[in-house]
Amino acid sequence: MSSHHDPRTALLPERDIHKIPVMECRALGIDFGGLTAVDDFNITVAPTEIAGLIGPNGAGKTTIFNLLTKVYKPSRGAMFLNGKNTKHMTTIKANKAGIARTFQNIRLFKEMTVMQNVLVGLHNEMNYNLVDAIFRAPKYWRAERIAKERAHELLSIFNMQDDGERKAGSLPYGSQRRLEIVRALATNPCILLLDEPAAGMNPSETSDLMENIKEIRDIFKIAILLIEHDMNLVMGICEGIAVINYGRVIAKGTPEDIQNDPVVIEAYLGKERENAEGHRH
Amino acid sequence: MERFGIKTPVRYGINAFLLVAFILAGYLITQGGALGRAQNIMITQVGVFIILAVSLNLPAGYLGQLPLGHAGFMAVGAYAGAIFWRSGLLAGYGSVVVGLLIAGVVAAIFGVIIGVPALRLRGDYLAIITLGFGEIIRVIIMNLPSITGGAQGLQQIPRHSSFLVVYICVIVCCLVIHMLMKSRHGRAILSIRENEIATESCGINTTYYKVMSFAVSAFFAGIAGALFAGNQGILEPNNFSFMMSIDILMIVVLGGLGSMMGSIIGAIVLTSLPMLMQELMQGINQYRLIVYALLLIVVMIFKPSGLMGTYDFSMSHVLEKAGGLVLRGKKKGGDA
Ligand SMILES: Nc1ncnc2c1ncn2[C@@H]1O[C@H](COP(=O)(O)OP(=O)(O)OP(=O)(O)O)[C@@H](O)[C@H]1O
Ligand SMILES: [Mg+2]
Repeated sequence: MSSHHDPRTALLPERDIHKIPVMECRALGIDFGGLTAVDDFNITVAPTEIAGLIGPNGAGKTTIFNLLTKVYKPSRGAMFLNGKNTKHMTTIKANKAGIARTFQNIRLFKEMTVMQNVLVGLHNEMNYNLVDAIFRAPKYWRAERIAKERAHELLSIFNMQDDGERKAGSLPYGSQRRLEIVRALATNPCILLLDEPAAGMNPSETSDLMENIKEIRDIFKIAILLIEHDMNLVMGICEGIAVINYGRVIAKGTPEDIQNDPVVIEAYLGKERENAEGHRH
Repeated sequence: MERFGIKTPVRYGINAFLLVAFILAGYLITQGGALGRAQNIMITQVGVFIILAVSLNLPAGYLGQLPLGHAGFMAVGAYAGAIFWRSGLLAGYGSVVVGLLIAGVVAAIFGVIIGVPALRLRGDYLAIITLGFGEIIRVIIMNLPSITGGAQGLQQIPRHSSFLVVYICVIVCCLVIHMLMKSRHGRAILSIRENEIATESCGINTTYYKVMSFAVSAFFAGIAGALFAGNQGILEPNNFSFMMSIDILMIVVLGGLGSMMGSIIGAIVLTSLPMLMQELMQGINQYRLIVYALLLIVVMIFKPSGLMGTYDFSMSHVLEKAGGLVLRGKKKGGDA
């Protein structure tokens, strides 16, 4: 199995070395016209690892998520899910192969209820066909009942089980982010991608979210890769971190490594310096 | 609010009873000769337009696309059904049923053929492609006189569209689409309207559900076409012009995109009103477009989501609410 493991790309070289990584990227890159948004992106995420992707605004983090979930086709490189090449997969197939995500700019089904949003996530867990549905066959009732119970369980992770009949669009911002996580979890992934899950949350909500993320990893035994600007959250729960700047990985390692890395400090401070200069002019 | 919950089997029983009562009452009234010929034709026509509106509401309201070729699917079904009926291959109700099925299936096949390429496009492009399809169908029909009667029209179509036949089709159409929408398939269709990328990232094959909505919609449009043929007794290509598609879309938009009840009420009002008015004033039809435009403006100002919004009416919900009120009243009485 060691052939799957490349210590140069791993966020956690010493852990899970004997297992197939749940996700692996090799020299992934994408250009938008003349702009190289992501280049030479290498990363390995182990099963049940909580990994972080950080970097200044516009660094290419969301673009990486869009590559991983096949919203964009990479210009270069390859990506593997559980050892399987995803070259010919669509967004739909990638989800079926075990990758689920949330979105930086929330994409809920706003006019549908909270429960319906989760049930859409559970779509492929239900197995009745169109004819079963039209004739309300026993299969239909059974699958719907089980799915609703499951949705209820998933919502209770965030204590949202009583909001089932509310319209998703009417939820407060923080709950909308949590509902997106529940919907993603409902698709039964082996790796969950969270794009700025704490954005717009207050410090107490954020610390609850940190507990929830750890809880989700422990209960579902899945890997979690998250993008976040909140350094307390990232340093608090991520076991491995990759820092992106101008579409390239500039540093990789444990939270301690990253905090003390001069290149990282320069990237963040450099950005601040640039901004400050921009303001002065 | 406290709900007086009615168990599902009981609810189904109540609804089934109401539907059977409605069909029987309508059958007795229309067969009893209480109404004139014109009124009977009008009632049948209302049924045909209910099917057309409810079936268009699937892609336009629930899926969130804008097809402008509903008359095309209707035409395909109308001619397929009428040609079969005229051939006299079968007799009696067997012939009626088989003719309707042929009409639906042929239209559904066209739905898939048009849907697969058209649904790759979005918004305006889909509207234009489906509009073009509707017109092409009409031109083809016009130019195949040996099969369709061409511009002369197809005559002497057996008048199979009795109240019973039409309204059983209405009920089947509404039930099938209702059951579809209240299932995982229907939720997938709604979620595409809400956010396509999020739907795909939930592992749902959006193309499949778009084409399916189109096919189911076309199937019932085809059946409505055949019923239209069986009601008129004669078909002309110009019955299925672009204006017909607009008429149907108008019903759906005014009733409320995404509301089946809205489509039904819209169809009843917008089909019967012009026919009733025509009896009052000759030539009102030429002002129809102006009236539509005014209606649309008024509705868009006062209720942009259409008359019913996305609200869907259910008789058993009304009973539940009434039951809840009665229970609450009793409780209050007990407390005092
Ligand atoms: N579809 C696209 N077409 C053209 N350019 C794009 C596209 N998507 C992203 N980009 C560009 O790629 C770069 C990276 O954007 P991305 O959204 O990935 O940044 P990010 O790291 O997520 O930033 P933030 O922290 O602000 O969310 C930006 O310069 C952006 O303008
Ligand atoms: Mg981003």
